[in-house]
Amino acid sequence: MRKLFWILVAIIGAFAVGGIAISRGETINAMWIVVAAVCVYALGYRFYSAWIAARVLTVDATRATPAVRLNNGRDFVPTHKWIVFGHHFAAIAGPGPLIGPTLAAQFGYLPGTLWILVGAVLGGCVQDMTILFLSTRRNGRSLGQMAKEELGPIGGYAAMIGTLVIMIILIAVLGLVVVNAMRHSPWATSTVFATIPIAILIGLYLKNIRPGRVLEASLIGVALLLFAVVGGGWIDANPTIREWFNWDGPSLAWFVIGYGFIAAVLPVWLLLAPRDYLSTFLKLGTVFLLAIAVVIMSPEIKMPAVTQFIDGTGPIFGGKLFPFVFITIACGAVSGFHALVSSGTTPKLISNEADVRLVGYGSMMLESGVAIMAMIAATLLDPGVYFAINSAPGVVGATAEAAVETISSWGFPVTVQQMSELAQAMGESTLFARTGGAPSLAVGMANIFSSAFGQSMLAIWYHFAIMFEAVFILTTLDAGTRVGRFMLQDFMGHFWKPMGETSWYPSVLIASALIVAGWGYFLYIGVVDPNGGINILWPLFGISNQLLAGIALCVATGILVKQGKLKFAWVTGAPLAWLAIVTTTATWEKVVSPDVRVGFLAAADQLAARLAQGTLPPEQAAVAPQLIFNQRLDAVLAIILTLVLWVVIVDTARVCWRVAKGLPVLPTSEAPATFISVTEARITVTETR
Amino acid sequence: MRIDLRAWWSFVRRLAADDAYERYLEHHRQHHPNTPPLDRRSFYLLEQQRKWSGVQRCC
Repeated sequence: MRKLFWILVAIIGAFAVGGIAISRGETINAMWIVVAAVCVYALGYRFYSAWIAARVLTVDATRATPAVRLNNGRDFVPTHKWIVFGHHFAAIAGPGPLIGPTLAAQFGYLPGTLWILVGAVLGGCVQDMTILFLSTRRNGRSLGQMAKEELGPIGGYAAMIGTLVIMIILIAVLGLVVVNAMRHSPWATSTVFATIPIAILIGLYLKNIRPGRVLEASLIGVALLLFAVVGGGWIDANPTIREWFNWDGPSLAWFVIGYGFIAAVLPVWLLLAPRDYLSTFLKLGTVFLLAIAVVIMSPEIKMPAVTQFIDGTGPIFGGKLFPFVFITIACGAVSGFHALVSSGTTPKLISNEADVRLVGYGSMMLESGVAIMAMIAATLLDPGVYFAINSAPGVVGATAEAAVETISSWGFPVTVQQMSELAQAMGESTLFARTGGAPSLAVGMANIFSSAFGQSMLAIWYHFAIMFEAVFILTTLDAGTRVGRFMLQDFMGHFWKPMGETSWYPSVLIASALIVAGWGYFLYIGVVDPNGGINILWPLFGISNQLLAGIALCVATGILVKQGKLKFAWVTGAPLAWLAIVTTTATWEKVVSPDVRVGFLAAADQLAARLAQGTLPPEQAAVAPQLIFNQRLDAVLAIILTLVLWVVIVDTARVCWRVAKGLPVLPTSEAPATFISVTEARITVTETR
Repeated sequence: MRIDLRAWWSFVRRLAADDAYERYLEHHRQHHPNTPPLDRRSFYLLEQQRKWSGVQRCC
């Protein structure tokens, strides 16, 4: 009977995947994608993850986890598996899986959807589960520590550099997304600004009025945030007050930079912690609502399965389908950043080794599902509208008329009137060239929500979606700056002891300022770049995120080989090989491609030539030297990132070769096994079932 | 039905870390019965400090 059920799931899944792959009609219903995704996840979880847990990792339910052995009531606490699942999902799910698929939709719905499904089931989920398990066996060691202890110091340093660089690029690109969503939008700007005092208010409430009452404080905060969304509409309607919040890009960039610095040096209870409670509530609530709304609405997908932009001429970012769809969608398919959460925090909560399957593999499946929903939200828009929102003026033309003409000439008809009606319905003055993904995602979400839960409130839903994205982008920005600061302090502590003290104020200020200056630089350049900045920054982010995934998979593969499981090494080795090919090809193209929309150096040279000839308009000539320098810097950065990955790959290969030759390697860093009795194991497993 | 609701409520509280202090008191009573526990406020502040010293949020 059970077998029959799974055969049925497989048949339905194959049918749905086949349906979305070969459909060449006018439109296709989103339910095809939803059904395909559910079946693929179900099969992946039921069979592949179970096989990996049993045969590859040899999960042992009778072996005491660090949470059980080292229970201190604080960070080491044996926790019910669904609670850990919730915490872990809240930690890994950020804005990445929402934005990547939105941008990658320029290739059509099919390439991105297939990569999200295949990448997650065979790559991302495997990485998350394996790292979670390995770290659980090592008392919750971090990825960097595991790399150092299992592979050697080279792997350890590479992981550290990789983490720091990805943090800086990530924050810059996310900052750019928020700035583009707020640019000349008084409603969005006032709502996002209002989230800061609301978070501080909740912080004070949680510290002084009712300490630690997280639920009630969060409910108050979420109510205030919803009020801020509505209030933003009133501000927008008032001709005087709306001008106070009508900011241009560079001013908003300076605001975000200043905010990031202040948030990083303030005590966590005041801003970061309360903001995070609010964003987690919004995140889980909105993801849940969106899933329901997609099913209720079951929208038609209007984007073609594959567009002509697979040839590399796409307006949102330049570059061919291979390798750029795999770079653009990092989170949602494979995200190296997850390895940092899967090692460190989560393993200390795992009450039984058997839970790593649900927590590691399962959470990533859900995150991949979020990416699928973002893909649906992007592709249900009229393609013309989608491209009008997401294309930078440097690509399609600076005026509305020029933009619609260019986009319509691609075969995606759109009119100025259609765009201005849409902008009006969303409560915005214009939606042209709102690059970065957040606004078009918000339009898609507003469509889904309003058709599922009431048509009248489009503008409110739009700004709710913008606020929702901004709140957790700003949380990632605060938290990322803080982590970067700790890493930098640790690093500087090697040279001068006092700098390593995380609470010494001069050190806090200097390290925070350096980190903020790092991402602030990329953010500012991205804002002044007439090509939108996303075209440069998002691929760099994708490369660095998958570089980190590559390092994590190296650590996992190295450990498997050291344990004598060479015949299973492909489980992590195959995704590693794929990521190495993808990131290396992407870096190669980003550096040497003669296409100015792809190659950093080609773009820098072209701009330099035009500057020398004096053919640039004055406002572009003013920023040109910065842009030229930045493109060359990006080329160097991309090369360094890829070299770091290859150094770790070679180091892993060295370890594997020594194992094969029977030469000594570093001893395993696994904590010695203590066993709980079989009955006890059965009890914890059933209790947490 | 009533029991289910209660289980659900305690699940939500646990998920949100709303019951962190109660769990701390319980742990403290069992393992360090001879020392006075922290008060609610100091515990909350210390927890936030600990929580935000590592990678907690992702992209």
